[in-house]
Amino acid sequence: MNFLELIWMIPLFPAAGAVAMLLFGKKMPNWLVSIICPGMVFTSFLVSVGAVYQLSSLPERQFEKILYSWVPGASFQMANGQLSNLGADWGFLLDPLSSIMILVVTGVGFLIHVYATGYMSHEGGFYRFFGYLNLFMFSMLTLVLANNYLLLFVGWEGVGVCSYLLIGFYFHKKSASDAGKKAFIANRVGDAGVVLGMFTMLATFGSIRYTNVIAQAGSGNFHIGDAAITAITLLLFIGVTGKSAQVPLYVWLPDAMEGPTPVSALIHAATMVTAGVYLMVRSNILYVLSPDTMAVVAGVGAFTAIFAATIGIAQYDIKRVLAYSTVSQLGYMVLACGVGAFGAGVFHLMTHAFFKALLFLGAGSVIHAMSGEQDMRKMGGLAKKIPYTHATFLVAALAIIGTPLFSGFFSKDEILWRAFISPVGSGILLYGVALITAGLTAFYIWRLMFMTFYGESRVDHHAAHHLHESPPVMTIPLMVLAVLSLAGGWIGWPTVLGGSNHLEHWLEPVLGPGAKILEEHAAHGEHAHSTEYMLMALSVIVAFSGLSLAYYFFIKNRAAGDSIAQKFSGVQKLLENKYYVDEVYNAVFVRGMVMNGGEALSKFDARVIDGGVNGVAWFTRLTSTASMWWDKWIVDGAVRLTALVVNLTSYPARILQTGRVQLYAFSILTGLLIFFSYYLFK
Amino acid sequence: MLNEYFSSVDLLVLKPAILLTLFAIGVLLTDLMLEPEQKYLNAVMALAGVGFAAYSLGPWPLGLQHQMGMAGADALEAFRGAVIVDSFGIYFMWLFLIAAALSILISIRYLEIEGEHRGEYYAIMLLATVGMMILAIGMDLITLFMGLELMVISIYILTGYLRRDRRSNEAALKYLLLGAFSSGILLYGMSLLYGLSGSTDLRIIASSISQRPAGDPLVLIAVITICGGLFFKIGAVPFHQWLPDAYEGAPHCVTAFMSVGPKAAAFALLIRMFLVPLASVRDVWLPLVIGVAIATMTIGNLAAITQSNVKRMLGYSAISHAGYMLLGIVSGNENGLKGIMIYLMVYAFMNLGAMAVIVAMRRKDIIGDEIDDFAGLVYKSPTAAVLMLIFLLSLAGIPPTAGFIGKYFIFLSLIETGHYGLAVVAVLYVAVSLYYYFQIVTSMFTREATDNVVPALSPGIRLALGVSLAMTLFIGLYPNPIIEVAGNTVASILR
Repeated sequence: MNFLELIWMIPLFPAAGAVAMLLFGKKMPNWLVSIICPGMVFTSFLVSVGAVYQLSSLPERQFEKILYSWVPGASFQMANGQLSNLGADWGFLLDPLSSIMILVVTGVGFLIHVYATGYMSHEGGFYRFFGYLNLFMFSMLTLVLANNYLLLFVGWEGVGVCSYLLIGFYFHKKSASDAGKKAFIANRVGDAGVVLGMFTMLATFGSIRYTNVIAQAGSGNFHIGDAAITAITLLLFIGVTGKSAQVPLYVWLPDAMEGPTPVSALIHAATMVTAGVYLMVRSNILYVLSPDTMAVVAGVGAFTAIFAATIGIAQYDIKRVLAYSTVSQLGYMVLACGVGAFGAGVFHLMTHAFFKALLFLGAGSVIHAMSGEQDMRKMGGLAKKIPYTHATFLVAALAIIGTPLFSGFFSKDEILWRAFISPVGSGILLYGVALITAGLTAFYIWRLMFMTFYGESRVDHHAAHHLHESPPVMTIPLMVLAVLSLAGGWIGWPTVLGGSNHLEHWLEPVLGPGAKILEEHAAHGEHAHSTEYMLMALSVIVAFSGLSLAYYFFIKNRAAGDSIAQKFSGVQKLLENKYYVDEVYNAVFVRGMVMNGGEALSKFDARVIDGGVNGVAWFTRLTSTASMWWDKWIVDGAVRLTALVVNLTSYPARILQTGRVQLYAFSILTGLLIFFSYYLFK
Repeated sequence: MLNEYFSSVDLLVLKPAILLTLFAIGVLLTDLMLEPEQKYLNAVMALAGVGFAAYSLGPWPLGLQHQMGMAGADALEAFRGAVIVDSFGIYFMWLFLIAAALSILISIRYLEIEGEHRGEYYAIMLLATVGMMILAIGMDLITLFMGLELMVISIYILTGYLRRDRRSNEAALKYLLLGAFSSGILLYGMSLLYGLSGSTDLRIIASSISQRPAGDPLVLIAVITICGGLFFKIGAVPFHQWLPDAYEGAPHCVTAFMSVGPKAAAFALLIRMFLVPLASVRDVWLPLVIGVAIATMTIGNLAAITQSNVKRMLGYSAISHAGYMLLGIVSGNENGLKGIMIYLMVYAFMNLGAMAVIVAMRRKDIIGDEIDDFAGLVYKSPTAAVLMLIFLLSLAGIPPTAGFIGKYFIFLSLIETGHYGLAVVAVLYVAVSLYYYFQIVTSMFTREATDNVVPALSPGIRLALGVSLAMTLFIGLYPNPIIEVAGNTVASILR
């Protein structure tokens, strides 16, 4: 069976599931929904595996399947005056990069679907939830499989809409629907960047198809630092900060934890947030052509990483800690792209999908066990009560802090190493920030571990009574993910440790051209293996120091932790309140600009013209008073004229009383007057 | 005997309009014979009229397109050049017939609920359609003005059709007064054009305008007043204020009709005026159009944010859409005009679809046009909620819905012609627009229902929703056919 020809069906299976839920879901029993929706994703996974296997035997490791020509046939003029043929196909591209993405998305997505059948079993709207989930999978798969930027954008918008529906799923929670809205708005700001980037790309390259754009960019016609390419990459990067939750648009992600936990795992760990990183890796050749953009990307990534990590230290909601951790880890990936280590970015994207999905699902299992409690101050000592959850969570916690041999170790170290030798910006500074972040990560994750699973129990009586391990349908996905979190990094075993980094070789067709440009133009000296060993050891030491510190403060000597927190209560408060970024944004943008602006304009629409009419009335009255005076004293037989003038002057006042029609007519006249005056004063 | 006054071409060209008029009279007559519970037959008859008109227009034997193809003519002139039928006119006539048919379908149940189910409603709607058709094919100032007045007077009556409803009456009166005012301004400009050229034929006017010296004040005044009148009819800022009021006050189904048909007809007139008689003074009106387009997008999008009435919000949204379409005039090249054509057709389907859902929300004691009325719709009627979501996404221009395709071509043409700043502004406003469309979505999907009355999807509304949905998705997923047709249309107007 030729799976490569079938790649266009990979997104369609979940779409079929979603349509089935819309049409028949209401009448379906839950067990049937639990079979159909995860089943559809699993089918996609099987097709993906088959297709990727067959792809690996193709010499060029690239396969394009074009269904039909979508927006065809319009010729248009490019910026340089050449005519180009605008064309975007409904077509799919399977190459090493998209193959990793579809395997992660369908694989992890399937596990999360299975888990959700258990987690959501007591919730209303079961079929609706799975309908949204399947629709989300459709959008995400379209996004990663598209062969051009426009189709990518379809998926890009699709995941935005679906995430909105999923985050706001608990409709009775006002915070949930607000969070959904916030996610949507932040993403929209980013989307505007993507659209503009796409149009600039069209004007520059005359195409938005990946293969054409990459061929054009690599043709040598564009030199390093080309202004158009810098514009394109920066605009696309605005989209990345929205979708991949970077400073300054990251604010939606932590709030989005209001959604059901499987949604957090799916959207905020494995799929949607990685879309931005995917977009940058997909456009890697454009990014390497613009050192300025690269510097911005690296800076934003590093700053986001450390910024979010510091906030994570002071949160008490178990899911919020993980949310800020996600933002921080995405910062790592973006940093990797910024220093030209696109392969490392993809690698971390993948390992992060495993261990972060596991952390979220584990947290969900904890919340499930605790009858909905999310505050870590009311947990503690849960390790023995929920052993499977604890064991799998432990694996993920070791992976994320970069314990040797665990998946996170390989991917994170590659990023640190590449930051260190970075040809972009000042490598040492980026490395330092990333290293400190690694320490902070270890601290907040183990703070979470100690507060939740170890020490004495602070569980209240009611919750303790119901405390129970989750059913197998939830724990088995946890175990699978635990295995992946441990072993998933082995495919990128670095050469310096005697491996052969299969991942990097696999990605060679996608990253090769960009890497070549980067190498040609950036002089960087040889680095000894010994340096690499040393840095590796250093990051392991930093990670375990963070862990030990957490142990000291939260198990060994809790009083010391409290006293430090008190001593620095200002800092503590600042962190707990997330640097007050939300408040500032709310005051400046939401209330300041959107609401007030909209209100002011609609008021302007209805009222300000009142002012105009009043002004005219006042002027008329003034002139008529003057003329009245004239009439009265100068002109004989003025009585009749006076009456007339009084009539005239009261006319505008009557206008004001009878309604707004006259105001509107006045506005029309004003408009015409503006037109006239434009030509008079031109 | 007839041939003394009319040539066979004259009759052929006007056949769709004549059929519609005959059916309008027919509806008025049969209405007298129908029992109250049979009034839906009026709608059936009106639909039959639209069907016959479509048949006489299409590429079938006896159809206008077929006859043109047989004769190998790109355009047919009739009434000594007062009327010209080309791809442009045919495209718009199809658009009007579609809008009329869908509007009739969604009117039936609404009028029954309101207890105002009478034949003249459909008759007036058909006559309005006749007016629009004349607007699309007129090549003469008098003809165009006749078409325009036939259309707007019909719409005034329809706006105030709910005699017992204060909002409806007020809206109609406002619209009438202001509409008459703006028609006067437009007419003033037209009289200047006649004075400048001594003819009412647009092509003769075009050639004499092009011979006037640059900066001629008379031409300037003519351009300004004509722009003012046209901008009023399409609802552009600062001539827009009648629009939200009229949309809010009119019966739901009339709002649906007027947001689509007359709007497209006004654009047909605007394109014709700008591209034929005023083509040579493009430099004069271009800054006006740019300024008005920016103001229109700004007020339309930002004022929509704070609206709590869905119809009023869609009114402001209609204003903003007019702003985007004006951008196509700004770039004025093939892709820009093509974008407007596609946009208008797409807008007909998506806006009628959204309005059809609102019409369905009209239920016992609930007018159904407040955002709060949509609360929890997904629990009561998932179909209606999902349909509304798709139409709103399309209005916001999110691919792969049809709304994206129109915007795509317009924005592309801006890039092509080097209006980068305008493109950025437009894209940013599109981002803003999703905010208010999604207030409806928030209400439907993430709030609890406040009542248990399930919206009634009557067969007519179902059919209209089905067609709108199918076209919104089809054009979005496979736009080739419409791009090709729009391309021919633009070629015919640019020729």
